[in-house]
Amino acid sequence: MSTLCEIRGLSVTYHGQTVPALNQIDLDIVAGERLAIIGESGSGKSTLARAMAGLLPVGAKLAGEMRWSSGQPPLPGRDLGFVFQDPSSSLNPVLTIGEQVAEGARRHLGLSWKSAYGSALKMLERVRIPQPDKAMMTFPHQLSGGQRQRVAIAAALAAKPGILIADEATSALDMVVQAEIVSLLDELVREAGMTLIFITHDIALASGFADRVAIFKDGRLVEIGPTGHVLSSPKEPYTKMLIASHRDLTTPPLIREAAP
Amino acid sequence: MTLLTIENLSKRFSSGGRAVAAVSDVSLTLEPGETLGLVGASGSGKSTLARILMRLLPADTGLIQFEGEDWLTLSGAELRRRRARMQMVFQDVLGAFNPRATVASVLDDPLRIHAIVPKAERPREIAVLLDRVGLPASYAERSIREVSGGQRQRIAIARAIATKPSLIVLDEAVSALDVSIRGKILELLVELQEERGISYLFVSHDLAVLRAVSHRIAVMETGRLVETGPMRQVIENPQSSAAKALVSAVPRLVTEPTEGPSHDV
Amino acid sequence: MRLLRDLVRTQEGAIGLGVLVTLVLIALLAPVLSPGDPLRIAGRALLSPFSDPAFPLGTDRLGRDVLAGVLHGTRTSLAVGLAAALAAIAIGLCVGLTAGFAGGLIDEGLMRVVDAFQIVPSFLLALAFVSVIGASVPVVVLAIALGAWADPARLTRAQVLSIRERDYVASARVIGMHPAEIAFREILPNALPPVLALSAIIVAAAILTEAALSFLGLGDPNVVTWGSMIAEGRNILRSSPSLSIFPGIALVVTVVGVYLFSEGLTKALGGRRLEP
Repeated sequence: MSTLCEIRGLSVTYHGQTVPALNQIDLDIVAGERLAIIGESGSGKSTLARAMAGLLPVGAKLAGEMRWSSGQPPLPGRDLGFVFQDPSSSLNPVLTIGEQVAEGARRHLGLSWKSAYGSALKMLERVRIPQPDKAMMTFPHQLSGGQRQRVAIAAALAAKPGILIADEATSALDMVVQAEIVSLLDELVREAGMTLIFITHDIALASGFADRVAIFKDGRLVEIGPTGHVLSSPKEPYTKMLIASHRDLTTPPLIREAAP
Repeated sequence: MTLLTIENLSKRFSSGGRAVAAVSDVSLTLEPGETLGLVGASGSGKSTLARILMRLLPADTGLIQFEGEDWLTLSGAELRRRRARMQMVFQDVLGAFNPRATVASVLDDPLRIHAIVPKAERPREIAVLLDRVGLPASYAERSIREVSGGQRQRIAIARAIATKPSLIVLDEAVSALDVSIRGKILELLVELQEERGISYLFVSHDLAVLRAVSHRIAVMETGRLVETGPMRQVIENPQSSAAKALVSAVPRLVTEPTEGPSHDV
Repeated sequence: MRLLRDLVRTQEGAIGLGVLVTLVLIALLAPVLSPGDPLRIAGRALLSPFSDPAFPLGTDRLGRDVLAGVLHGTRTSLAVGLAAALAAIAIGLCVGLTAGFAGGLIDEGLMRVVDAFQIVPSFLLALAFVSVIGASVPVVVLAIALGAWADPARLTRAQVLSIRERDYVASARVIGMHPAEIAFREILPNALPPVLALSAIIVAAAILTEAALSFLGLGDPNVVTWGSMIAEGRNILRSSPSLSIFPGIALVVTVVGVYLFSEGLTKALGGRRLEP
């Protein structure tokens, strides 16, 4: 396994803020791995994603290093796909689904519009949009939230990037759709041998498919390691607390169960 | 006596010329001191049902009996007076408060409108409410923008219990909160229920949350109620396809190293 | 107070506020700075500017002091501009609030009236109004307001429609708040900021309309205005251009000042909304 990116002493401070959003992060990203970045609000997990994709807002101060194995930072859209939490704001409302998915392939792979449309149609099939040929002609607002997120994934993958960053890509969706999108992402990344960086607040969601997890709190990296390892024997109290606060269908209820 | 009875409630929205049934022919009941978890995917009509119940949206047809009264025919001053008995906590912890409000003004409104305590005693009552939801009395002076999401939800709960209601509708009340805070808010809700016998209608898309606090669970799909039953029965032995999908979608904490996804959807 | 601080922090706001404060001071102190009726004949006709220390900006064809005219004109311009904008905003707020709250047929009806007023060019409307009723300051104010209330009405309505769907309005209904209290305590204060930002632009437009009406001789003949001074100077523009230039400069400074102030206000309000 080769290292895709070495992050050393990375700190980010947003314009007008005194407290850094990310504080002295050291992290190696392995090519082809599925890395889950886990943290609660204010942990800096989204800042890390944006820093890696070069999507930090103007005025953000960046310190430390990101050494990419390719020698230069990946170009968003071509080398790196980014899926946002809210697909309705990341898709352009006045372009058809087909145009948006084809755009990436046309611009970055140098395809003609015609062959870009062909590849867009294939992408929509791969993200399992029902009736993809019809969907090509629709606009984002005509689709449900889950379908829009599938389109956003198709658009992010159109130029066949080597890295996919999903920033809370399933948090705005309901549980059933979330499970579908997660298994879709997992499958696509596996097929293409991509590196997946999956940002989430849900440790259980990540535990299902990530190779490694990195736990963030208040802008710092608290703990990192292979998923099974961290979850079965967490070292840090914060990781233990996160695991303990998780609720699923085996957690004892809080109410006394005898009906009132 | 049954606290709430909903019978054959229906509501259609017209969208782009065609009518879409948001809620169709829903009937359910709620006993005093009981929590009914209302679960469904987005677009299943669960939030619309909650808003009809709160009289924020009109129903097309159907009947709601609340505390022995025909709830849907109340109007004007009478409705406003009776609203004290049925309160609501919203999902959006910031949007549910006037951006200009202070913590004190948020809690003062229900006390003033329903004359819960005399004017001179309101500041003391506000302190009692804050204390009940686990916040220091000094928070009263703060602007609502200065408190964190979890604290805002505590304030929303304090506002809801201020009028001594018998029913609180919780619309995704913990979905926007961090997991570490979520558990504490759920514990607070259960404590308040045991202490005051309040009933909850807890609307959520997350069965794991509903499992923690619900006595019974009702499952909605495309506006219809497809399954209702005791909590364990619905979760351990779901009958409808909607309930089965919701059960299998809850992420499980996998602590052993695995190959492949745990979701087989 | 915080708004004022935010306002001064923006460059536009600081300059705009400076210009406006100076103009208001000039307007208030005009009788002290140049006592007596500015329309009276004060000296020799057509004195060129900077030649006689008693008349720094010279005199016009009838021997009236140009400086006195410019100073006193500030009063008329600001008073008419502010009064017209205030009236326009007041009408606009009332109509917009009513339409936004009532909905249904009332909303439809009111918005069609707004449409009608937006279709007719506001200057033409003012012109017709003043020609029919006659030129006096209150009529001019009303005429300008009549052409300017439609924009704030539309904006207020849009604000109300968006805010009344927010969860905090639902919360207020849930706790049993009276609809009137919801309208005036929950919705109105949150609907105001963009309307306020618009009001500065209305003031600038009102000042220009007033000047244009006076220029066409439709202003109140008993008060001195920049528009009438420019019109007066127009006939001898080649020989004494200064008669038109000085009131013209005053007009430009005022309008630019108001625009800068409005720009700063928008930025200050915008910055506040961005805060968490």
